Amino acid sequence: MKKMFTTLALGAALAAGPAAADLVFPDLSYRTGPYAAGGVPFSDGYQDYFALVNARDGGIGGEKARVIECETAYNTEKGVECYEATKGEGALVYQPLSTGITYQLIPKVTADGIPLHTMGYGRTSAANGKVFSNVFNYPANYWDAASAAINHLLEENGGSLDGKKITLLYHNSAYGKEPIRTLEELSKKHGFELGQIAVDHPGQEQKSQWLQIRRERPDYVIMWGWGVMNQVAIQEAANIRFPMENFIGNWWAGAEHDVTPAGEAAHGYKSLNMNRIADLPVFEDIKKHVHEAGNAAGDGSNVGSVLYTRGMYAAMLAVEAAKTAQEIHGTADINAAQMRDGMEALEMTNEKMAALGMEGIGPEFSVSCADHGGSGQAIVQQWDANEKMWKPLTDYIDSDREVIATLVAEDSAAFAAENNISERCN
Amino acid sequence: MPEQLIWGMEVFFNGLMAGVLYALVALGFVLIFKASGIFNYAQGVMALFAALTLVGIMEGQVPFAHLINAIFGTEIHHFGWHVPGLLAILLTMVVMIALAWAVNQFIFRHLVNQEPIILFMATIGLAYFLEGVGDIMWGSDIKKLDVGLPQGINGPIDELTYNIFNYGFFIDNLDLVATLVAALLVIALVIFAQYSKQGRAMRAVADDHQAALSVGISLNFIWVMVWSLAGFVALVAGIMWGTKSGVQFSLSLIALKALPVLMLGGFTSIPGAIVGGLIIGVGEKLFEFAVGPMVGGATENWFAYVLALLFLVFRPQGLFGEKIIERV
Repeated sequence: MKKMFTTLALGAALAAGPAAADLVFPDLSYRTGPYAAGGVPFSDGYQDYFALVNARDGGIGGEKARVIECETAYNTEKGVECYEATKGEGALVYQPLSTGITYQLIPKVTADGIPLHTMGYGRTSAANGKVFSNVFNYPANYWDAASAAINHLLEENGGSLDGKKITLLYHNSAYGKEPIRTLEELSKKHGFELGQIAVDHPGQEQKSQWLQIRRERPDYVIMWGWGVMNQVAIQEAANIRFPMENFIGNWWAGAEHDVTPAGEAAHGYKSLNMNRIADLPVFEDIKKHVHEAGNAAGDGSNVGSVLYTRGMYAAMLAVEAAKTAQEIHGTADINAAQMRDGMEALEMTNEKMAALGMEGIGPEFSVSCADHGGSGQAIVQQWDANEKMWKPLTDYIDSDREVIATLVAEDSAAFAAENNISERCN
Repeated sequence: MPEQLIWGMEVFFNGLMAGVLYALVALGFVLIFKASGIFNYAQGVMALFAALTLVGIMEGQVPFAHLINAIFGTEIHHFGWHVPGLLAILLTMVVMIALAWAVNQFIFRHLVNQEPIILFMATIGLAYFLEGVGDIMWGSDIKKLDVGLPQGINGPIDELTYNIFNYGFFIDNLDLVATLVAALLVIALVIFAQYSKQGRAMRAVADDHQAALSVGISLNFIWVMVWSLAGFVALVAGIMWGTKSGVQFSLSLIALKALPVLMLGGFTSIPGAIVGGLIIGVGEKLFEFAVGPMVGGATENWFAYVLALLFLVFRPQGLFGEKIIERV
């Protein structure tokens, strides 16, 4: 009955007349600088999806989506400037695609009441909605990724990693250091020896690191890289003849451009992914309604790639959250606080994704007041250099929620204590 | 022999090889500074621009395709041909010479006799401009660069060292090629500077450009020549680094690796760039090997500067730099 009333109220609101304002989705992109190769396809996918929703569906609940692009160059200071410059436009949600920027924005969005969605990056313990009211990191976070990688290795090794040596090769930054705590816990639990090797920004030179790997001969290398670090690491791994099938990148080290510079040598390299790569029907819609109409965000060459798909997936989750918010509040012209409510009530099912032309693009999950982190699942994909494509090796793998929940609770409790935050959702 | 010593030797040799790659970047800085007193902040971006142009030409990419398509509504991206590596290198060199001419014609010709800081600021502007032009011209995606250089572990060295130490050293074939190329490049530059008419003119300009002008040497010609040489060095550096990582915008950051080399070797010495590169390469790699694991690793970026600063304390002009004496 309640749902019927909200639907009726929403219908009435939509019928009442044209919208007074657009729904604003800032895109803190980076199309320049050393990380542009990752920033461009993500931003293209993000913007193209909003353009599709406008062109095909007439907007979100009848309200047009307006994307404001602001160039951060993956620079934290510029990212904060972009936030300050765009929040007054009625921004509904920020997705900065940078852990550094995320850390700076967490207190700001909380004070301003604007939601922040950091899909698979940012502060992992933000999954605890009791402490982080305005930050969401569904469908999965870094600790889920680390755990999913270990679970995959457990599966490969008959359920035991006892005595194995696993090395984490990480970008020497807040982002790169995120999985360390989880991996340390998991090494205690599963009995593997964890090695840690840092690579300084930008990662153009990694000779020392790979000589160390060659000397220490780990069974597996897990990589937390971004930008040029990924391409160099894969090439260096090939150079020292490290078995590619034992080299697993996280989901920010598993795009096409990470492996293509190494050519045939990258064959067999694995990476995690939070969104499945497939020939989705939605791409045809994007080509027809957006690209052929001359409204593509980029040159159209990225459609279907890993990061384009992820950017599109991020936009889809924002659109679905906005729809949820419209339903909850009975208005199409939602504000940031209402968007936050929509994100907190978001439910993604296989049926919903299939209806959007994106069957299986992500795992099923639902968000709640206490849980902003989603299902925490990831797939493992493997690069086929002959066919020049990523092939999924697994279905969505669960992370070790028992270990991760404890870490999330500890870290978020420390944050709450530092910032005098009282837990909500009780 | 203890394991640590054998590994240390492997690290030492790899440090030498890495140093050669740093020196390749530093050489471009030295050439321009020596001839014109300009600290060329854009040298790293020139390496990026040269590598982008090389790949673009090799793959038959239409320059400014995105812009052309946006303005004229066309859908052109490639000419449909592939240019062989050597020819593409020659064509890229033509582009770099044109760039050198343009840089002199439109920027530095108008800044003659300006303070060094003004010239330096101009090169900062040039760096950002070139990066932007490179992006619009060739796109920001990562490009595979393959001019036929070998990569991967060198088999004979691996085998030889295994027979001696029971541990095969890793030496990258690409690094060996880079060493050979750098050696040839330095020999060629020294011969050019010492024995050719243009080389002597370049040295005359470097010593005193007003005196050089008074004996009929064209400053414009020399500066275009020097920027062209720096463009060539940038192309070589771009090929070596681009082969390792693919050609992408982070290539411009390799300039950061050249700065400690310049501080150590001196801004005016070609052999200084090489020796400085080798010392920095070996020093940072050995420090990372010996101390890195104790302090969490990733020491190379900052230790290179510490090493350079240590040398500066004793020789402010760098190991091979000219001592500047100003009398009142």
